Amino acid sequence: MTRKAVIAVFGAALAFFAGLSFTRSRHLREPVVPGPSVSRVARLGDYFKPLEGTVNDVNVYVLEGKEPGGTVLLLGGTHPEEPAGRLAAWIFAENAELAKGRIFVILTANRSASTATRLGGAYPPDFTIPTAWGGRKFRMGDRWSNPLDQWPDPEVYLHYPTRQELAYIDIRNLNRAFPGRPNGTLTEKTCYAITELIRREKVDIAIDFHEAELQYPVISTIVAHQKGADLAAAASMFISSIEGFSIGVENSPKALRGLSHREIGDATDAISLLLEAPEPFLDATRGRTNRELLLTGKDDFVVRAGKRGLLFEKIDEKGWPIDVRVGRHTSTVLQILEIWSGDNPEKAVIVSGVPRYTDVVRNGTGAYLKDPKTADQSKVFFE
Amino acid sequence: MNAVVTVFYYLLTAYVAVLLVANFLKNKKWQDEVLYIIVLIPLILRLLRLK
Repeated sequence: MTRKAVIAVFGAALAFFAGLSFTRSRHLREPVVPGPSVSRVARLGDYFKPLEGTVNDVNVYVLEGKEPGGTVLLLGGTHPEEPAGRLAAWIFAENAELAKGRIFVILTANRSASTATRLGGAYPPDFTIPTAWGGRKFRMGDRWSNPLDQWPDPEVYLHYPTRQELAYIDIRNLNRAFPGRPNGTLTEKTCYAITELIRREKVDIAIDFHEAELQYPVISTIVAHQKGADLAAAASMFISSIEGFSIGVENSPKALRGLSHREIGDATDAISLLLEAPEPFLDATRGRTNRELLLTGKDDFVVRAGKRGLLFEKIDEKGWPIDVRVGRHTSTVLQILEIWSGDNPEKAVIVSGVPRYTDVVRNGTGAYLKDPKTADQSKVFFE
Repeated sequence: MNAVVTVFYYLLTAYVAVLLVANFLKNKKWQDEVLYIIVLIPLILRLLRLK
């Protein structure tokens, strides 16, 4: 009996410390110091009432210029385990100054997915971006909504409304559930709310930030709905010639359903684009899955895979640091906005204050994150 | 409908947890007792909505 008691206490202790770690990670508060052009902070639930009060009723930072113009939506955190996307969106929310037009920024499109890490993936629960005033800690997150918020998964996931059969687990993948379903799962409702936002706010361009493993063929590219093919191609040419890095263009496949670049373009008037940056942390051949790999993008095993011709993007001992990945996203958006504004002066979105690729690589992402301790506390928000 | 299925899964989880505890109490080998406790942990964490 004593032995059973000892083993039970051992199990209870394991469960306690594991539960404590999971709870802390799930409830980690990420501060946001809205930049000078943020006129208000709405909620995603404002656009679809059934989402109100749920874990995915997230902040929508509304940046407005002095003059009317076009409207852009930036989606960070569709897949929270692709952190360069969230950080790029963060930089826009905290730094952008708009002279013309509006930008809606969502930092954590699938907040539920940001509160859990991958089962069996040995992901770190969080990571810290170094800053001059200390550091900013972020939740690591995963590709799929937290099973605590949406469970169980079905045997077969039929995408709505096309009924295309997708991987069962992707019923919790925000980027397989667009345009969403009003009476569907949490993930589908979240997509529906985002689609409603795009419709009601008459968004002209919706840009979804992502990262990809180097073994995935759609990488270092802009995936464009056919409505945005010219815009993406022009941005690709300008970026590749003047920004210091190369980026390609891929057409959004018409037969692959549920993805933002396909469904938002089909379901709304907006041009839908998806940006991919390289993230070795996601590669199946990676070594130790830790914070260092996430932030430096350095991994000997992925380099070895590259030498054997197994990758769709180059990698060497320098890796793919987070600043490089974030800078690619900020520069790509800036180029898209500049080209769009030149072609559509009445719907221009003129923005300044956002660092380009070379700035982020030189100064680090942390240089563009504001210190919440020194900010007006009434204007600090949390993700 | 989704909510009903979710509740059903929580009930299933609780049922399996009870079976594991019962087997833990009945068992005589310490190796099996440790195994039952370790298998029980994720079920408890799910029932408590911690993971």
